Amino acid sequence: MIPELGYGAAIVALVLALWGAVTAALGARTGRPALLLSAQHAALAVFVLVTACFALLTYAFLTFDFSVRYVATNTNLGTPFYYRITGVWGALEGSIILWTWMLGLYTLIVIVRHREGARELYPWVLTVMLGVLAFFLLVITVAAPPFARQAPVPADGRGLNPLLEDTGMITHPVALYLGFTGLTVPFAFAMAALITGRVGDAWITLTRRWTIVAWYFLSLGLLIGGWWSYHVLGWGGYWAWDPVENAAFMPWLTATAFLHSVMIQERRRMLKLWNISLVILTFGLTLFGTFLTRSGVIASVHAFTQGTIGAFFLSFLALVLLTALGLLAVRWDALHAQGELDSIVSRESAFLLNNVLLVAAAFTVFFGTVFPLLSEAARGVKVSVGAPFFNQVNVPLFLALIFLMGVGPLIAWRRASFDNLRRNFLWPVLVGVAAAAFFFSLGVRSAIAVLVLALTGFVASTITVDFARASRARVRLGEPLLPAMGGLLRRHNRRYGGFGVHLGILIIAVGVTGSQAWSVQTETTLRRGEYAELAGYRVRFEDLTASEESNHFKVAGAFTVSNGRGLGVLRPAKKFYPQETSPIAYVDYRLGLREDIYLVLGDFARDGSQATVKFQVNRLVSWIWIGGLVLTAGAVLAILPEKKKAA
Amino acid sequence: MSRRAWRWLIPLSALPVLALLAYGFRVDPREIPSPLIGRPAPGFALTTFEGAPLTLEAQRGRVVVVNFWASWCYPACYEEAPVLERSWRAYRDRGVVVVGVDIQDKAEAAQKFIRDLGLSFPNAPDPTGKVSVDYGTYGVPETFFIDRRGRIRAKHVGALTDEVLRTHVEPLLAEPAG
Amino acid sequence: MRRRLVPVATLCLAVLLSGAARGAPAPARPVSEAEVHEIAGGLRCVVCQNLSVADSPSEMARQMRAIVRERLEAGESPAQVVQYFVDRYGDWILLSPRRSGFTLLVWLAPLVAVALGFAIVGVLVWKWTRRPASTGAAPRVDPAMRERIRRETEAEP
Repeated sequence: MIPELGYGAAIVALVLALWGAVTAALGARTGRPALLLSAQHAALAVFVLVTACFALLTYAFLTFDFSVRYVATNTNLGTPFYYRITGVWGALEGSIILWTWMLGLYTLIVIVRHREGARELYPWVLTVMLGVLAFFLLVITVAAPPFARQAPVPADGRGLNPLLEDTGMITHPVALYLGFTGLTVPFAFAMAALITGRVGDAWITLTRRWTIVAWYFLSLGLLIGGWWSYHVLGWGGYWAWDPVENAAFMPWLTATAFLHSVMIQERRRMLKLWNISLVILTFGLTLFGTFLTRSGVIASVHAFTQGTIGAFFLSFLALVLLTALGLLAVRWDALHAQGELDSIVSRESAFLLNNVLLVAAAFTVFFGTVFPLLSEAARGVKVSVGAPFFNQVNVPLFLALIFLMGVGPLIAWRRASFDNLRRNFLWPVLVGVAAAAFFFSLGVRSAIAVLVLALTGFVASTITVDFARASRARVRLGEPLLPAMGGLLRRHNRRYGGFGVHLGILIIAVGVTGSQAWSVQTETTLRRGEYAELAGYRVRFEDLTASEESNHFKVAGAFTVSNGRGLGVLRPAKKFYPQETSPIAYVDYRLGLREDIYLVLGDFARDGSQATVKFQVNRLVSWIWIGGLVLTAGAVLAILPEKKKAA
Repeated sequence: MSRRAWRWLIPLSALPVLALLAYGFRVDPREIPSPLIGRPAPGFALTTFEGAPLTLEAQRGRVVVVNFWASWCYPACYEEAPVLERSWRAYRDRGVVVVGVDIQDKAEAAQKFIRDLGLSFPNAPDPTGKVSVDYGTYGVPETFFIDRRGRIRAKHVGALTDEVLRTHVEPLLAEPAG
Repeated sequence: MRRRLVPVATLCLAVLLSGAARGAPAPARPVSEAEVHEIAGGLRCVVCQNLSVADSPSEMARQMRAIVRERLEAGESPAQVVQYFVDRYGDWILLSPRRSGFTLLVWLAPLVAVALGFAIVGVLVWKWTRRPASTGAAPRVDPAMRERIRRETEAEP
């Protein structure tokens, strides 16, 4: 009964979404407000219905309704309560419901925020949002129905994928999807601009905050994904350049490029064509990402594959790309305007360079990801394109981008005079060079590491120089220091929010460099009481304990860790789930600012007399998560509403 | 092409990419073809669970079916074991040898597997995994069909059925041992 | 035809199954952990998706690492060890595609992308920094318009 209700709700929602899209479009063409109102009501109804779907599916999970196939494959009688809720989006069908729900939520927010302010664009924005909603509802009702029943009803379900029983799993899809679905909004505005021919700056100004919010959630989703990979998967890494990781990274890269190039359009009215293309590309990459994750076309650790769903996504991607790019071609003349640049040494140039590098990186990742397919299509030979390739080709691009992070915010618009360059960059360059010398003297020999540290010094100094100079100016006018700094942050929150984000990225870059360059590991078999040593730490195997949990059987090893002083006991374990043929690793670790101690339990003797352990000392990994926090602060600052000038 | 027409290259440029992605539906990224087909089979010198020596050399002149399995490989290995046993019994007098290589496994679990499924063909553990890597296996079950002259002629990934086994073995049996 | 249903992803992400590595006979040449790690880092773990043999916690990867070590100790060069695996698994086992032949394309792609990007930006910047000859004079405003502007700006509350 409940599943049928859910299915019915989805069908009605699909019909209403289509109805809404059509009426919104008609309302736009004819200018009749009643049609627009009807579309708005349809959007509200769609949201309510999708919420109902979500609630009903959760209910099926909570009541162990194994007659629903999705419930039976993702939960069993032993699944703990909270995982029965989060497991709802743990696999294909449920994840699409989550996506659709967020899309519906964003549509409502768009309605509330923009129905007054954007008269011309708004109806078409609504059309596009409802159209995308309709597509996802189509997938829910036809390609991947979450409420599909099965007979006979099994007595117990299979259970949630054990790797998903983790807080990272709960938050990672939520953040990531908020990012992906959020990128639909700037796309919808861009389409509205193309359709109405109003390709000026209105759509950019209206979507600025949307872009930052979506970009932020995408960043958060990527970082949480890295965190989850690090502390759950047991290989000690946080990013493997797996195709689905790349699928989320590519739109992030182009969204970052977009965030920057809109500033040029805002200031100098240039790059209209480029900005619209970037938005279309970003949304296209988002769809490509869901296609990759769900079609099984490229092998990946993540892909949940299912029959026809890949064809659905590919068809929609084709429709979106051809329509959007076709409209772009139609409006070419209005978009294609003569730009004006005073000098090649200017902020405009820096931003253009930033865009070239980011889009080149996105292209590189894209080409590398689909290359196995290309190789097979062209000559029938299967090849792999993995982490070593992506690391090698992307490092130079990212180094250049870090450099630009320092140059861009400080270099003058239009034309940077020699004086301007000297004033802004002399100190930072000196600091950068000094940092390089300093770390080299400390024994750092990896060229990339030295470069990253030097560039970090350079960029951090540019931020400091700028902030210090501005604060000093205020202090000279009579304001005490701290209020001056606070006032600066608030008054110019866009600029300093951006700085905060840059700072966060810097910290992440240092964390990535440190962990790649200086982490060490070893793997040994220890008898009871024996110890292994690495990087000044000593790990001694004490004992094995076995325990019975609600849905698995766990064998944990007790390892005392010390480095002169005792640091406690770590308990890496192996968890044996009945539905899995092999055990799942449970990593235990001790995080630190400088380094993490990371233990993975390998094989062990039944009687507990010996155990194999992989022992890693991972350097500076925590900086990545700290950088994420700083990035968050920066993003929040950046989207605060503008403070009105005092009269 | 006139200047106006160049702009249509932009939407058209999406087509090759879409076509490539569509091509992806026709291939299975997890199916890796073996480069060993047609090449001499790598030799091995193992000891069966009963303690008897088992080498590929000793089987020269006969058609050899080398099957890689593990006791934790559920359900595929459990499904194909009866097939292998049946084939062994049917073909052993016709010059076919069925050899099982147990990889990444524990001795007691493997022996239980053999006992429970009543396997009478020679089975040996590969404790270091060298034989499995030598044959380029990437999982279980995988089966190699070696002709009388010691060359690998076919590789089958996944559980065997009577029909598949027959399709591979019969032609090899018909070939001379020269 | 039923393919093996072993969930290879979880297999890979699970940890070691069978016994600890057997000791190898006395090495002909000493091999460091780093050397093994470097070669293993370039090989794709066959049971995992997208992890290297160096990183993978799976049993198969552990056995492959042991084989790498053994071959190095027996005197093989890194290239020979890698070739051993390629002979058995095909080019697919290389995590980084070869820098020759068809796969050279994927290495050239970033260079082409950046070069193309710079070229386009270069052309645009060149076009945009060329000032048209007649920007010297300010645009002429006719007196009626000027009067109207004056009235309207002064009428501001």
